[in-house]
Amino acid sequence: MSDTTHHIVPYRTYALILLLLLVLTSTSVAVTQIELTRWATIVALLLASTKSAIVLAIFMHLKFDQTVYKVMAIFVVLVITAVIILTFLDYGFR
Amino acid sequence: MSSNTTDNTGYKSYLEEDGGRKGIFKWILSTDHKRIGLLYLYAMMLWFCVGVVLGLLMKLELIAPGKTLMEAQAYNATFTVHGVIMIFLIVIPGLPAVFGNFMLPIQIGAKDVAFPRLNLFSWYIYILGGILVIISLFGNGPPDTGWTFYAPYSFKTGTNMLPAALGAFVLGFSSILTGLNFIVTIHRMRAPGMTWFKMPLFPWTLYGTAWIQLLATPIIGITLLMVAGERILGIGFFDPAKGGDPLLYQHLFWIYSHPAVYIMILPAMGAISEIIPTFAKKTIFGYKAIVFSTLAIAFVGYFVWGHHMYTSGMSGAALWAFSLLTFIVAIPSAIKVFNWISTMHQGSISTEIPFLWAASFIFIFMIGGLTGLVLGSLAIDVHVHDTAFVVAHFHFIVFGGVGFAFFGAIHYWFSKIFGRKYDPSWAKTGWIIFFIGFVTLYGPMFYLGIKGMPRRYFDYLEEFHGPNIISTLGAMVMVAGFLIILVNLIKSARHGEKTTEMNPWGGTNLEWQVPTPPPLENFDEIPVIDKATYKYD
Amino acid sequence: MSESIAHHDEHRDDEASKLGIWLFIFTELLFFGGLFITYAVYRHAHPQAFHMAAQQLDVAVGTINTVILLISSMTIAMATTSIQKKDKRTTLILIGITLVLALVFLVNKYFEWSAKIDHGIWPGSPLLEELGKGDTLFFGLYFFMTGLHALHIIIGMILIIVIFVRVRKDKISFDNFQLLENGGLYWHLVDLIWIFLFPLFYLIT
Repeated sequence: MSDTTHHIVPYRTYALILLLLLVLTSTSVAVTQIELTRWATIVALLLASTKSAIVLAIFMHLKFDQTVYKVMAIFVVLVITAVIILTFLDYGFR
Repeated sequence: MSSNTTDNTGYKSYLEEDGGRKGIFKWILSTDHKRIGLLYLYAMMLWFCVGVVLGLLMKLELIAPGKTLMEAQAYNATFTVHGVIMIFLIVIPGLPAVFGNFMLPIQIGAKDVAFPRLNLFSWYIYILGGILVIISLFGNGPPDTGWTFYAPYSFKTGTNMLPAALGAFVLGFSSILTGLNFIVTIHRMRAPGMTWFKMPLFPWTLYGTAWIQLLATPIIGITLLMVAGERILGIGFFDPAKGGDPLLYQHLFWIYSHPAVYIMILPAMGAISEIIPTFAKKTIFGYKAIVFSTLAIAFVGYFVWGHHMYTSGMSGAALWAFSLLTFIVAIPSAIKVFNWISTMHQGSISTEIPFLWAASFIFIFMIGGLTGLVLGSLAIDVHVHDTAFVVAHFHFIVFGGVGFAFFGAIHYWFSKIFGRKYDPSWAKTGWIIFFIGFVTLYGPMFYLGIKGMPRRYFDYLEEFHGPNIISTLGAMVMVAGFLIILVNLIKSARHGEKTTEMNPWGGTNLEWQVPTPPPLENFDEIPVIDKATYKYD
Repeated sequence: MSESIAHHDEHRDDEASKLGIWLFIFTELLFFGGLFITYAVYRHAHPQAFHMAAQQLDVAVGTINTVILLISSMTIAMATTSIQKKDKRTTLILIGITLVLALVFLVNKYFEWSAKIDHGIWPGSPLLEELGKGDTLFFGLYFFMTGLHALHIIIGMILIIVIFVRVRKDKISFDNFQLLENGGLYWHLVDLIWIFLFPLFYLIT
């Protein structure tokens, strides 16, 4: 019943991705250590989102998997975002 | 239709196939989706009887102002335990756990669900949750917070609310695993040729429901864990004295508990969508409209939770957004009602018992839905919030919706499940008494709510006495009707006339093309689907 | 259970079990999502206090733990490559490294927590009450979220130990490695959550 052709990801890809993730991590540490006030938060969260997108795409194989997983993952992220936005319609406008 | 009886030679039904086990082990060790469905049914039946007794006690207390049966504290405990049992142990698992388990694999042409052992495990978790709820009744006294466990009272009350909240947490876990199982089953195990839009409507509603179970339930899980942390460690998440915000609890609670209403009602709508075309002998009107409205309800229903909090002190922006979304979510529900009625239009309707339940479902559901819009509009809600009006509304939706669909479904699939017939005249008597009792019980509460009678008090002003008497009498009538239905079904399941008729109602789905009762793995040979369902000649 | 096991093996569907674990991951994301909403709301209410409180956490320890988890994510991902290359030895080594890194993470966490507790900071401690509402909430969330995350690390480790044993016994092999991939997916989830916990608690100062 196995109808998947597994894409074998080479070790090198994983190593490069790790390197990229480490660079992003040190960037976010560096950015937040110099005082950029409120921008620091936004930059740190954007970097975190980028990192998680990379983990999802490569480490978790979303890039190589069937489309249905991508659709589901994007849908779930959108749901979480929408819930946070709706909650802040309350807290942001009190 | 007499030719479609099962050939009894060389075939063993799932009820005879015991996997070499004896007694109760035939059931509690079986991973057969049909047996697991029945395990849920029996457990729920017991819980439902307890919940009904508690409800009746409340109504008896309210037959006259002042103390009739119990004091305030006992009344608070009664409505809390009634709510916890009815919501978490019955209507949320409700149709998916019983009929979803039994019918989903058959209707999509599969031999079982995707993960049979996980399915059995979900049932054990369900039982564990039930045990925790029972434990909460002892010790410091049953919880008195209401089923909503609102903070800050939920971590300040001296009563035993922690086991009840943990019970709800554990039950949520069971619900998540069932939803997960159904999504995988529907994605991976549809029979060859059954494309998404050839799938019957009951599986479609289960699919929408499963997504809500999966994406909403964890929110209440974490919220109840936070309340537990509050009670055990005093962290301060929801404690205003420590900076916490009780309103945030309400947000998190309703982010789950409003979609939970759709967990309850969507499969009910699915069952109704199965019953109506069968008894109207007509293709369902607007199949795709029903499918898309199901998905729309599941999706938009996720974003309307704030309408439970109009009077809690939310910002104006949130108020109008939630009110708007609430009105939007009513549209797909109305589309469904329109489709059901259009299906009946010019059909050759036979008023068998399942059809009676379905028709009365539509009537009750419309009252419940329209009063929901009354509550969804900001200005009126301020007036009727936390009154008997709300209680009447959600009993029309949740009990009227899920209950009527559940009874409709069990009368519809009874012979398929048990291989026996029930007594139709008792079933009809039970239905009419139940229906009259239901309307008499909850109808007056709309009036009482508009007049200003608050909910959740054991006492009320003298001016509310009259309608309360009517309501309590209605409760007695309804319970009498329920007992007739219950006794008829139990008796018929054990001693009713045996039947092997495959398709007594002339339905078109796959469950009517397998033997009655179905064999262990449903199909000898997985069917190949080449035409849309709901086709009548 | 005989008929169900036979049934199960006959119809092995790797894609189904992968879908199952993904759905479970979505549930977990929403589970932590509730906590992230809580964090966002309270940070919005007490920006200054959160700012000050975050400075009391050691960025170095947080960064080290981030690096540890990222490397462990890579090693478990590499294990799915090596098993497909029929390289059992490398697979076992990679899984072993993942386990050791997970353990190091927990040890770091332990020292970090006990340092805080030594300073009188734990959920509901009298010192926190003195420090004020913002600090109470920040450290309440810190202990609750990192604690729950650590619990997931432990669950993940148990899962990976099971996988290790099964690889050793050749029950997981090049043509039947879905459990390894699923365990990896779960482990990446733990990593994903930490990717957000790290800036929210350590960096936003």
